[in-house]
Amino acid sequence: MSDRIPLLELKRVSKHYGGIAALTEVDFTAYAGEIHAVLGENGAGKSTLIKIAAGVTDPTEGEMLIEGKRVAFRTPHEAMNAGVVCVFQELSLLPDMTVADNLSMADPPLKAGLIDGKAQRARAVELLHWVGCEDVHPLELVKNLALSRRQMVEIAKALAKKPKLLILDEATSALTAKDVERIYLIIRRLREDGVGILYVSHRMHEIEALADVATVFRNGRKIETFRKGERKVREIIQMMIGREVSHQYPAKPPFQHDWAPALTVSGLSWGRELSDISFTAGNGEIVGLGGLDGQGQRELLLALFGVLKGVDGKVTIDGANMAMAGPQHAMKAKLKVALIPEDRKVEGLMLPMSVRDNLTLASLSQLRKGFGIDTRKENAAVQTMVERLRIKAPDVSAPVATLSGGNQQKVVLAKWLMTEPGIILLNDPTRGIDVGTKQELYRLFRSLAAEGRTIVFYSTDYAELIGCCDKVLVLYGGRIAKELKGEECTEHNLLASALNVDTEGEKAA
Amino acid sequence: MKDWRYYFSHNLGTLTAVALFVLMFSIYIGNHEVGLTPAVAMTATNKAVLLALVAMAQTVPVLTRGLDLSVGQMFVMANCLASTIVVGTLGEGILGCIGVLAMGLAAGFANGAIVVWGRLQPIITTLATGAIYYGIALWIRPSPGGNVQTDIADFVTGQLFGTVPTALVVLLLVVLLIWIPYRSTVLGRAAYAVGSNEQAAYMSGVPVQRAKLLAYTLSGFLASLGGLILTFNTYSGEASAAIGGTYTLNSIAAVVIGGTSLFGGWGSAIGSVFGAFVLRTIEDLLFVFDLPPLWQPLFQGVVLLLAVSLGAIRVFRIRNRLELFT
Repeated sequence: MSDRIPLLELKRVSKHYGGIAALTEVDFTAYAGEIHAVLGENGAGKSTLIKIAAGVTDPTEGEMLIEGKRVAFRTPHEAMNAGVVCVFQELSLLPDMTVADNLSMADPPLKAGLIDGKAQRARAVELLHWVGCEDVHPLELVKNLALSRRQMVEIAKALAKKPKLLILDEATSALTAKDVERIYLIIRRLREDGVGILYVSHRMHEIEALADVATVFRNGRKIETFRKGERKVREIIQMMIGREVSHQYPAKPPFQHDWAPALTVSGLSWGRELSDISFTAGNGEIVGLGGLDGQGQRELLLALFGVLKGVDGKVTIDGANMAMAGPQHAMKAKLKVALIPEDRKVEGLMLPMSVRDNLTLASLSQLRKGFGIDTRKENAAVQTMVERLRIKAPDVSAPVATLSGGNQQKVVLAKWLMTEPGIILLNDPTRGIDVGTKQELYRLFRSLAAEGRTIVFYSTDYAELIGCCDKVLVLYGGRIAKELKGEECTEHNLLASALNVDTEGEKAA
Repeated sequence: MKDWRYYFSHNLGTLTAVALFVLMFSIYIGNHEVGLTPAVAMTATNKAVLLALVAMAQTVPVLTRGLDLSVGQMFVMANCLASTIVVGTLGEGILGCIGVLAMGLAAGFANGAIVVWGRLQPIITTLATGAIYYGIALWIRPSPGGNVQTDIADFVTGQLFGTVPTALVVLLLVVLLIWIPYRSTVLGRAAYAVGSNEQAAYMSGVPVQRAKLLAYTLSGFLASLGGLILTFNTYSGEASAAIGGTYTLNSIAAVVIGGTSLFGGWGSAIGSVFGAFVLRTIEDLLFVFDLPPLWQPLFQGVVLLLAVSLGAIRVFRIRNRLELFT
């Protein structure tokens, strides 16, 4: 083993974004002819590792070797030329162009200096055949393809580059079972041809089926590399969880079985993203939404806020049916609904406008006087909120953009609290916020619940769900995979149901 | 689906503009006293080709999800320069033409360089450089006048074999020798890729920066070719801010009527050519129906709104209301 030259070798590689370490002194090796699984929770550093290998970003420290030679990729193109090709989670296809164009995007066949349409098309047909997508027409525009077809085209595009090292980052998340089988076949064939494969997936059974070697990451550090069969699923999950830095969470009230229901959802479905979601949330209850990224949690919150069109199923708020015809209806429901959006900079705030203007934006109708705004009432309301949430702003007339991330998030929250909502939907509210502010927010959520408000709380941080929520709904593929109540909310249960594995029947991976 | 149906749907915007033009032009000819004579064709062409070239110039940056507000001023600058250096013998005139086109290339390259390396927004960049180019035009030609090499001018604005307007042939050559090959070059396709999704294009190893640079440079070239032909029509140069502004705005209108998306990544310069023809035919229609020419802006506005409405049909298919704002 040790006499072989590794295909990819990272030596003490670190990556910092601003002051935050995404990877810390990672040593990593991958060999040709092996399928190497990369495991870890959300934010464990897997994506950063891949981005470095594929030339999307460069390491802050450390060095990278390809077949024993030191390399420093400045662009994805340079990495491709060195034989490192990545199929990214967020698709890199061009929606307005044809499948054939996309498949030959980086190095189209040329004739007299111009792109040879016929040769390009023949290549497309061949590649589509290889990945078993004969049903896709090479002249179809990518934007007209279903997500699973797009993902197959993405894989075909990577194969077109004849990679030495192929990186698959959650490449099967939207595929049908038949496609996944096909991909397995292709990957195994590539392995026989001596291609090295890095396989990132959250699906434990895929790892079991494919991987020769696996490496677990946690908090930006490499935990362990082991060969197939050396570790059991339970042990792997334990490695992924590790010992978390414990946050201070406010005390939970004892678990109740009979909340007075404030929000009842039954049979909620939306396209392929959400299917048959049913649950109830009580007055004063904090309901967590867990699971891996992108299993429908965001869509569920958007649906409850009335942003999505064509939602099936019934939502009742305090006994009354809710018309799902836009946020203005949600905001006027019997218990007002408020959604704290995921991306505060895009959907939550008007960055150049002042703290005061942002705060009162959603509740201006209550501050009206004649045709204008009652400034005295406005200032009083703003002052109350700034004090209650302890928003640290030099001045309420300063632009929101000048505040720290944590304080910006408080402004978004305060803006919606001013509308006096009965149901608060939180979309990953603590992402990118410092620990101190997080704790303040946890206390705030608990005190809002104690006032009898209902909170639906989506978070990518499992510890947070456990610390804050009365019950957690774990979503998988747009369905509720598991409902964990009270004491059942443990890291182990959350992660196991998020990965959709059953750890009772011990299996070795 | 059969192949031709894909080609059809990919070129629907262009075909719509062609159909609209054929319809309007048929009405115009049908109501014209003498019908389609070489003279009528020549007058119609000489006016339409100018806007068609400027519209083509506008198309390329728009495909990259940019905008070039300086096309009209580059057009005027080329006009003023041509009225100064395209003079003398036939040989000297041809050299002068090359000089004018070289200046257009340089102006376009400057736009691209600022957008790519300065990382400034295309709208602001070209608004500023447009003002600069107009300043240069004024400096070259403070008051209207000048001259042009008459042999070249009469040839370009005349007819081939006594029937076909030469300017139309020039436009056809530009489409066949510049646009069609450009579309099939790596950088031409890259322009579409950049407009479609710049991040994905970068991830796919597309030469993003060179594609943008070439797009703006080509824009400058086409705009200056338009300015050169304007000089052959008027035999003089004039640094007119009004002409520059009008051509810039009409070029954007022509691009939209031609089916090119202002969000980039979709469309064709051929569509823009017909978009320009449509705008020009409105004027002719007002003429044959004896309507006051003052109505022209009104009709142009109506046609533009109709064209944009066709593009907005996608709104009815949206499932997530947030997508309405993207």
